Amino acid sequence: MIPQGHFMVVAQVRAGHEPALREVLARMNAGPGQADPDNRLLPFGRFDTLHFARFAILVDATHGDLAAHGVMADTLPTYLAFLGDCDGPGARQLDEFVRVAPTGLREVFSHCTTFPPDERDLGPWLHARDLPVAAAYVNWIGRSVRRVREERAIAQALADRMRQLQSAAPGQLQHVRKQLVDYVAAEREQGRLAVTPEPPTPFGWWLANLAHAIAIPILGLVALPFLLLYAPIFLWQLRSRERSDPEIAPPPDPAHVAELATFEDRFVTNAFTAMGTVKPGAFRGVLVVVLVALLDYAARHVYGRGHLTRVQTIHFARWVFIDDRKRLLFASNYDGILESYMDDFINKVAWGLNLVFSNGVGYPRTNWLVQGGARNSQAFKNYLRRHQIANSVWYKADVGLSAMDLARHTRIREGLERASMSDREIQDWLRLL
Amino acid sequence: MSDAAIDFADVQGLLRFGYKHHTESAFALLRVRNRAAARAWLAAAPVGSAEKGSLPPTVLQIAFGAEGLRELGVPAQVAEGFAPEFVGGLGTDANRARRLGDLGVSDPGRWEWGGPAAERLPHVLVMVFALPGRLQACCHDLESHWTIAFDLMRWLSTTDMGGVEPFGFADGLSQPEIDWSREIPPEDHDRLTYGNLSCLGEFVLGYPNEYGRYTARPLLEPVGAAAHLPRAEDAPDRADLGRNGSYLVLRTLRQDVPGFWRYVDAQSGSDAAQRKQLAEAMVGRRMDGQPLLPPSDEVIPGVGTDPTARAKNGFTFDDDAAGVRCPVGAHIRRANPRNPDLPAGTTGLISRAIRILGFDADALHADAVASARFHRVLRRGREYGVRLSMAEALSGRAPQVETGLHFVCLCADLARQFEFVQGAWIAGSKFAGLPHETDPLLGNRLAAPDEPATARFTIPREGCPSRVVDGLPTFIEVVGGAYFFLPGVRALRYLATV
Repeated sequence: MIPQGHFMVVAQVRAGHEPALREVLARMNAGPGQADPDNRLLPFGRFDTLHFARFAILVDATHGDLAAHGVMADTLPTYLAFLGDCDGPGARQLDEFVRVAPTGLREVFSHCTTFPPDERDLGPWLHARDLPVAAAYVNWIGRSVRRVREERAIAQALADRMRQLQSAAPGQLQHVRKQLVDYVAAEREQGRLAVTPEPPTPFGWWLANLAHAIAIPILGLVALPFLLLYAPIFLWQLRSRERSDPEIAPPPDPAHVAELATFEDRFVTNAFTAMGTVKPGAFRGVLVVVLVALLDYAARHVYGRGHLTRVQTIHFARWVFIDDRKRLLFASNYDGILESYMDDFINKVAWGLNLVFSNGVGYPRTNWLVQGGARNSQAFKNYLRRHQIANSVWYKADVGLSAMDLARHTRIREGLERASMSDREIQDWLRLL
Repeated sequence: MSDAAIDFADVQGLLRFGYKHHTESAFALLRVRNRAAARAWLAAAPVGSAEKGSLPPTVLQIAFGAEGLRELGVPAQVAEGFAPEFVGGLGTDANRARRLGDLGVSDPGRWEWGGPAAERLPHVLVMVFALPGRLQACCHDLESHWTIAFDLMRWLSTTDMGGVEPFGFADGLSQPEIDWSREIPPEDHDRLTYGNLSCLGEFVLGYPNEYGRYTARPLLEPVGAAAHLPRAEDAPDRADLGRNGSYLVLRTLRQDVPGFWRYVDAQSGSDAAQRKQLAEAMVGRRMDGQPLLPPSDEVIPGVGTDPTARAKNGFTFDDDAAGVRCPVGAHIRRANPRNPDLPAGTTGLISRAIRILGFDADALHADAVASARFHRVLRRGREYGVRLSMAEALSGRAPQVETGLHFVCLCADLARQFEFVQGAWIAGSKFAGLPHETDPLLGNRLAAPDEPATARFTIPREGCPSRVVDGLPTFIEVVGGAYFFLPGVRALRYLATV
């Protein structure tokens, strides 16, 4: 199994260079915000381990909201963020980028401060700015780009084949399945279809993952007596803050929404990037770190098989702290229109969003950390839109495929590999085609 | 907060009535020519309210486009308090058009009315509903009053097709039931079974919606003309311009009746029974309106126990997850998937927690689409043009007739209701995980950069592979449309005097 990795290079944009940087980034695009996979600066399409990538200039329009907490907001720099999801470690993907497209990367990052003049330093410079993810969700841990493509080809071939068999009479299910299995076997023999065997899971990753899976619950057990004692104080601290924390969710600026909308809904999958400031004070500062760590635990060890709680439309998502945990960045790749993504947040996992994002300045008021918040749907949508950042460049390796398509394709492939199936199972399996 | 009974005298009748006895109707699209004269007419126009009483021979309903509010002199800061979708407009934004699937032949740039060009935007919509024989005189009379005040862009005429839409299917059968008496407590709550009873605030501005919240609308200082407006329940010191009003979506949908029946006929080998069956699978109901599923055992709130209502709408798709009885992609299933907030399962905290956390595989399978109650619209459309029978449509010498539907719907939240249903469910090419298909009736069939074709329709079958019909042509094109604000009666008078 090839575990997925993530990279996120965050570099400060040189004063006055933002317009020039935007121009360079735009040159990677085939459409508004949509990367040309063959662009000359960074030909994303040539990296067969890359699932998603994006460039975004992190202009923070909401950091000033801190004033509502009586805190003077410090001036934070504007960053260029380059982030993506890949098979294998993110660091290795960065090395690949450096190997294949050093000139393009230099052209982009030369608009950032402290960019090294020496060519050999590009790799180390990028690595030094590669921020760790605080939490990362992968729709299906271990599903590589290669696996996606092989399964897509099989699904497509079977669907085409199926149409020729559509007239199959009821009661011939076993026969139909056999024909399909034989067809794929023949195609594989001819080299037109392939199912590459899973490579062994990297031992280091496996061990670290196992250690993480065990360590966090042990830590929780050890801390339990203390947490129980602290619980009443915690609840008092929480409730007093929930009652007084300011809610800042005015309607977003129409021009900002229009800019965001220009690159949305052109494809099945869309990219969401948002940034917010963590509420001032130790209470929220610690709470958000703990909750994001738990979220990471859930994403790594509980989910990662096609769904994050009830939501089945997210390919990858990540939560990253920047500026010494003063700010939190959230980035995801989701299927469907934004309105339906936000509705999933509100109607399916409001509690989950509230847990983390209620520690952000201006978030709609929550009760007991999980209630309210996103359920105040209009305020929540305003809040999200206000904090959303327009991506400059966005790349998706396998266009046209929703996360549910990917899961469907996997089930189709698995169905081929089964020694036998009951009529009922074949019926369900054929419906996937 | 007070949850006083609604004042029906302040509500335009369209929110409560379909005016089914008023079989004649016409919709006037007007542009303000003379502001003072326009205001004078609007200030006194006899709009029909939602109060019950004897049947008036004619009823007027009046709504405004965002452009119209400006033309009437409504201050910008007041107009900005309306929903951004309304302020932005239906056909004026390429991003919205893409989201709603208004592309290709339905591109707003090609619309006969509405669309991106400012001079094609109607300012005021006047809907006239009349008892048989009473329409023409009423329209003439109105026109004589408008000569100074308005330029008449066009009359959208309608045809009484007897409750049947141009393809020949009984229409308008499923409507949300509005909680006029405010029995639903105004708070956030989970709904674990599908219900057809909607909070007042889903359709009427100024009342709590399904989240127990008040949808944004302009709240004003209660001074001057605004002093006569109702007060906001959620801000009692503010005048509520939205209260008792709603947003109205009007889209002229041209239907290719011969095209529809010829396609269905060709896919069915011209077999009459199969032809009907395929068409009914696409719609999701029989031509006479009967559902493809039997009524559920449980009584659905808002449908009730009345046998006629139950026969029409007493069903859900809970027992048909695979779509064997009614295809998952059928038109009525896309428009209203009839599901609750959580996929069905046993009651009990643990079972619920398992479903909330997404650990129940079967529940997840049915969970791609959920919470239909946040995405309902109240339909008030009327057919237009010449009715063709199926036989005429198939005869090969069908006259090229102009026919279709002036689709009208009302909702309090354009983004969450109309735009969501149209964009995510009707035009979405991944509805409920179905690949490569959009709504079998309304889909634009266009390829997207990452979606080579969306012209399929899948009919799951029991005991044998699904049937997939492909190459669906465009049956329906959008040829006009706009968003309007349908004010309460006092708000209407305010808009005429501000």
